[in-house]
Amino acid sequence: MSTVETFEHSLEGLAVETTRLAPESFEEVLEEIVTEPAVGARPGVEGVSLEDTAVALDPTPHQLEEAVTGVTGAVLGIADYGSVVLRSTSDGTEPVSLFCDDHVVVLDADDVVADMPTAIGWMAANVGDARESAIIATGPSATADMGALVRGAHGPKRVHVLIVES
Amino acid sequence: MSADREEKAAHIRRLLDTEGDSVQENTRVFNQGRYTAVEDLEEYEELKTRARAIKEDAIERLPELIDQLTETVEENGGNVYLASDAADANRYIEEVAGDAGTLVKSKSMTSEEIDVNEHLERAGVDVYETDLGEFVIQLAEESPSHIVGPAIHKSREEIADLFNHEFEPEEPLETAEELTMFAREYLGERVKEADVGMTGANFVVAESGTLALVTSEGNARKCAVAPDTHVAVAGVEKIVPAFEELQPFIELIGRSGTGQDITSYLSLFTPPVSTPAIDFESEAPITENDAEREFHLVLLDNGRMAMREDPELKETLYCIRCGACANVCANFQHVGGHAFGGETYSGGIATGWEAGVHSQESAGEFNDLCTGCTRCVNQCPVKIDIPWINEVVRDRINHGEEPSEFEFLVEGLTPDAEPSGLDVQKRFFGNFGTVARLGSATAPVSNWLAELPPTRWAMERTLGIDRRRELPTFANETLRDWFVAREGLPAAEADREVVLYPDTYTDYVSPERGKAAVRTLEALGVSVIVPDVPESGRAPLSQGMLSTASVQAHEVYAELAEHLDAGRDVVAIEPSDLAMFLGEYEKFLPERSFERLSENSYEVLEYVYGLVSNDPEKADVLSDGPGRVAYHSHCQQRTLGLEGYTTTLLEELDYDVLTSTVECCGMAGSFGYKEQYYELAMDVGYELQDEFEERGERDRTVLASGTSCTDQLDALLDRKPRHPIESIAPGPE
Ligand code: SF4
Repeated sequence: MSTVETFEHSLEGLAVETTRLAPESFEEVLEEIVTEPAVGARPGVEGVSLEDTAVALDPTPHQLEEAVTGVTGAVLGIADYGSVVLRSTSDGTEPVSLFCDDHVVVLDADDVVADMPTAIGWMAANVGDARESAIIATGPSATADMGALVRGAHGPKRVHVLIVES
Repeated sequence: MSADREEKAAHIRRLLDTEGDSVQENTRVFNQGRYTAVEDLEEYEELKTRARAIKEDAIERLPELIDQLTETVEENGGNVYLASDAADANRYIEEVAGDAGTLVKSKSMTSEEIDVNEHLERAGVDVYETDLGEFVIQLAEESPSHIVGPAIHKSREEIADLFNHEFEPEEPLETAEELTMFAREYLGERVKEADVGMTGANFVVAESGTLALVTSEGNARKCAVAPDTHVAVAGVEKIVPAFEELQPFIELIGRSGTGQDITSYLSLFTPPVSTPAIDFESEAPITENDAEREFHLVLLDNGRMAMREDPELKETLYCIRCGACANVCANFQHVGGHAFGGETYSGGIATGWEAGVHSQESAGEFNDLCTGCTRCVNQCPVKIDIPWINEVVRDRINHGEEPSEFEFLVEGLTPDAEPSGLDVQKRFFGNFGTVARLGSATAPVSNWLAELPPTRWAMERTLGIDRRRELPTFANETLRDWFVAREGLPAAEADREVVLYPDTYTDYVSPERGKAAVRTLEALGVSVIVPDVPESGRAPLSQGMLSTASVQAHEVYAELAEHLDAGRDVVAIEPSDLAMFLGEYEKFLPERSFERLSENSYEVLEYVYGLVSNDPEKADVLSDGPGRVAYHSHCQQRTLGLEGYTTTLLEELDYDVLTSTVECCGMAGSFGYKEQYYELAMDVGYELQDEFEERGERDRTVLASGTSCTDQLDALLDRKPRHPIESIAPGPE
């Protein structure tokens, strides 16, 4: 299995949908999977942009609260775990990925790494040394505190990962 | 004394009736999850070794790391406050909170430790727990019953009642989904209005100032980034030197705790974070919010630096609070943290925490619930010897007790090295060897006497030995008497020589399993010596009588040293004694002595298995199947990885073997005899009973390796259990 395939397989186990796509079809795919209203933070993935989509960039707190879908980029995918690494920088990725019911993650296929040691190695330099912040997010938010497993405790209930292959 | 025991028994009974089922269901899920999750992890052992090494190093260099971290965080633009105790931490946090109206908080045992909520409430701040389990606890005005799942003792129905009563929603809430969504909504509003967010930290990186927060719900993220002020409270022991060192912990913590490969969110925040704070009143885009972020890291000492200097409690600081030791504990599974509870922490390692951060008394409240079975040892991701910490604290508590009125009863019979204030019940069980010697010398009179109702009544009143528990019957002839009187296989005619360790139980109560062992070994061409060796020290150790255990360890070694010099192996029948030789003796004996004994000691079926594997034809002399047997291994035997020898050997001898999936018999030696714990021991035991009594399995001969398991199975089943060596031994001479 290729690293990306392993990644997809892990995501399947987490009940996370995935779509592999070429940059050209990004807007079309996005339109299909996004439930409006939607807000977003610039994904930072080469060849794709949210500028001409229904996704509102730089949302206000009110827009954030009203939105069903939040679209953000991820800087890394971790194949073994099906995790994505989200930046917590000034562009709003953190709140957009956290407050909406649906989270759509845009990730460059080249940024999928095999395992946790590789991911942590990369993060040590780009998060630790850089004194930045990031989240390793794996599947939707969840809780079992109310007597059964429920998705969407405080964060998103559904996650969809778009893997962009250029 | 006895009022104390009664109260304890009543408390346990209440918990068994009320919280037991929910706790059991939840801890089981966590526990099974862990087994599956670590099975898939190839480098599990290696990760644990690395995790431990990192912690050892970090605690060793702690003062230096605290300085480094302080510098880093300040460089980053945050503040660090090193709080000496709870009051100090609370004073600082109150100052930071200032005139904040609302503070939202994610789950943190460290903040529970300082009771910060109560403190802030008194100062006029509304504090909201946002972790849903913790929120339930806050509403119910209770304390957490588990360090990872604070509300696992509550059923969905109870939570629904609580919510419906508290919030009176138009439509009563019922399902887990409805309850979760209601809480999400309600707490979401609190996050919006909050002025301050408070979190704990699972790890803090000295080099970068990064906090690692492990959650599944996402509430820690909201608390840390939505308000512009973030206070993180962390024990000083949470510091790791470098970012890369988070890796083994990230891979281990979810698996060890709830049995997930990883939890949904692992936040690695290096505060003050650059994510814009959200002003929910504002009309401007979030990204334009340039509110100044404030970050305070409160590093809590509260006894930790002293624990670091304490050779026995020091290991507690390696703990990453995953809760695995609680989930795997049979007693915890049945009664939960409210029976184990000290002031803050619960479960196996709580003894170390409570003794270190609160007081010995607080640790003492629940310390007895650890039976020393060692099941948690292999489950701990940082390899802490949790039972040992329990024994040490037990010992320290023993030293602090006032003499009791019944002291005289056991005094004459107890030539031990303990202080006079020791609880008589503990002293009695800690000196079981002496009791057995006297009992056996006077059998059958002692057996008859022991069973008379007035004796049982007196034993219950003074020693707290439960009347419902059948007492062991002392044999008229001990194993050693039998051995001395017979003619064995002379060394000159044998392939090798071994020393069969005559543990107290085998010697005085159950010599038939010793005889079977001798017959088996001799039939396999091994000359056997059964020397006059004292008790291993297991009995006093399990009562926290460390000095006595230490004296016995030295005596045992002195007696066995010459045999070891002569090249004789030591074969033990009782797994808990073998576990002493292979484990605890390391704490008592000089290194070389410990190594020599431990390297040459074997469990009897392990030894027989070895002999037969070397020369398969030898198996012909053994008594073989077919026979249907149900086998329950012993907890310490499993921890040592020795169960397989027995099952494999039995199968190779054509027995049809059913092994118990239930991991505990519930008895653990003296534990099940004690009046205050009898019902809990039986409650745990009923599962084993169910398994062995299932339809179609009732005809199986029941086998067990440990004496405590045999006792318990004897009480639970109609069939009389025996040691596996008795099944495979060649017929009587
Ligand atoms: S002692 Fe070990 S198993 Fe128990 S909570 Fe701490 S780290 Fe986990």
